[in-house]
Amino acid sequence: MKPFELTIAQAMDDMAAGELSAVELTESCLSRIDEIDEKLQAFITVDGDAALSRAAEADGERRDGRAGALCGIPFSIKDLLSTKGVRTTCGSKILENYIPPYDATVVANIRKEGGVILGKVAMDEFAMGSTSETCAFGVVQNPNRKGYVAGGSSGGSAASVASFECPASLGSDTGGSIRQPASLCGIVGMKPTYGRVSRFGLTAFASSLDQVGPLARSVTDCAALLKVISGYDRRDSTSVNRDVPDFSLSLKKGLAGVRVGVPEEYFKQGLDAEVERVVRNGLEVLKGGGAELVAISLPHTEYCVASYYLISSSEASSNLARYDGVVYGYRDDRAESLIEMYKETRSKGFGDEVKRRILIGTYALSSGYYDAYYKKASQVRTLILDDFKKAFEKCDILVSPVIPTPAWKMGENDNDPLAMYLSDILTISANLAGIPGMSVPGGVTREGLPVGIQIQGDHFGEEKLIRAAYHLEQELNLGPLSLDI
Amino acid sequence: MKITKDEVLHVANLARLTLSDKELEVMTGQLDTILSYVNKLEELDTGTVEPTTHVLSITNAFREDRVTDSLSREESLANAPLHNGESFKVPKII
Repeated sequence: MKPFELTIAQAMDDMAAGELSAVELTESCLSRIDEIDEKLQAFITVDGDAALSRAAEADGERRDGRAGALCGIPFSIKDLLSTKGVRTTCGSKILENYIPPYDATVVANIRKEGGVILGKVAMDEFAMGSTSETCAFGVVQNPNRKGYVAGGSSGGSAASVASFECPASLGSDTGGSIRQPASLCGIVGMKPTYGRVSRFGLTAFASSLDQVGPLARSVTDCAALLKVISGYDRRDSTSVNRDVPDFSLSLKKGLAGVRVGVPEEYFKQGLDAEVERVVRNGLEVLKGGGAELVAISLPHTEYCVASYYLISSSEASSNLARYDGVVYGYRDDRAESLIEMYKETRSKGFGDEVKRRILIGTYALSSGYYDAYYKKASQVRTLILDDFKKAFEKCDILVSPVIPTPAWKMGENDNDPLAMYLSDILTISANLAGIPGMSVPGGVTREGLPVGIQIQGDHFGEEKLIRAAYHLEQELNLGPLSLDI
Repeated sequence: MKITKDEVLHVANLARLTLSDKELEVMTGQLDTILSYVNKLEELDTGTVEPTTHVLSITNAFREDRVTDSLSREESLANAPLHNGESFKVPKII
């Protein structure tokens, strides 16, 4: 095995045994990036020199007996998490040259545990999209099939991990943006409970929905990374002050007595037959491991897309008001008045999808429409949350598809934003309800495209997700994906 | 029609965006489709339902009022498109 092919757990073992150095591992990942990324386009910025010097430090820390939990492990970071001194674009022209003066808390946590940051990866502009095609700096490919989307918005995170450019990445999930690309690229991804992980330094899209989470090639790695990024942060007053469990201890707990809810609304029309086959097989595997399957209804599922796009766009229209050409970012300096400068800066700096959502959100919050749109959507959000509360009285976790289809060809939904929004129907309820959700590889379609299985749980129920995901991973034993880069 | 071109122009002005004629045409059609779809929420009677704005009931996250580290002036100005070493500079307001 080449170093870049190792998982976090394997690389940690090899480095602890003295068979591999952090510098060798980092060099291996950097040369992999050098070899394939021109075609793959996962990275927006590669920070090779800094990565190599951090790796050398990590080797020193290991020699001195001070190795952290991720000592010498290379990462890619979604380009909306602040990295001190390293350009952070959010996939947008308006932040093309923005260099943050501080690290996001999750980035600082990774560095503190010895993690090596290779660079920043592609995403839909400001995380608004489901394919990463709205990125202003090139479109990342699906590593499993040329010309197919990697998913989004954390498409660069998922593609960089699936293609062995790095063993793991941090992404963000506002409506499925970790789970969906993880599913389409054939890796593990988790959106933790809202409040489990600090959002300080995460560029805000929809503040009541956004959450940072890990993407990796194994459930074990995902659990290890989740532990490092979780916990209360005084800089994020919505982060929750409660103990962080050692998620790795849950891996092998088995499924005896676990009630697995099967939400009927997630298996309705529009679900691809191949996706359904993979997910139903996963359910049988869970049953074989001792879990009990329970039929569940989440009756307001069909309203989640409408509720979500009103709430997320409303919050986005407010959050993105800060990009006005004054304090940082692009400015159109030809304008003569302040208002004209704002307008020209924003109109030239933002792409179409971002403008569309700002307009929807501004409309929904504007005088005379607030009650009909934003308030109504927030009330429906309560109904969706209540659906889950009732469900978790009858089951411990919910298992379903992540997205109704496998990956599709680039450009297919270019002129139909609503069709794209509707593809998020199986992931966005978790964000509206603030519950954790995970995608774990379940198999491939006949054409060889990866299909993920989604596991959702009650607030702060990540340990149960990890137990079920690990069981699926071990029993399915899928082996490596066949890459096509 | 859920939304007219004039309304889109009004909202664009509120959001400090300008739209070309072609953008206005396309955007109005797309917003109309999206707003027609979200009208689906009208099927639900939400008369007595409390709205949810945050899923976890954290209220008043207080902390001690202590001075901690903050960015230096140089760091704060480093990304500014235009500044004079002390302040951000913008086009004339009045």
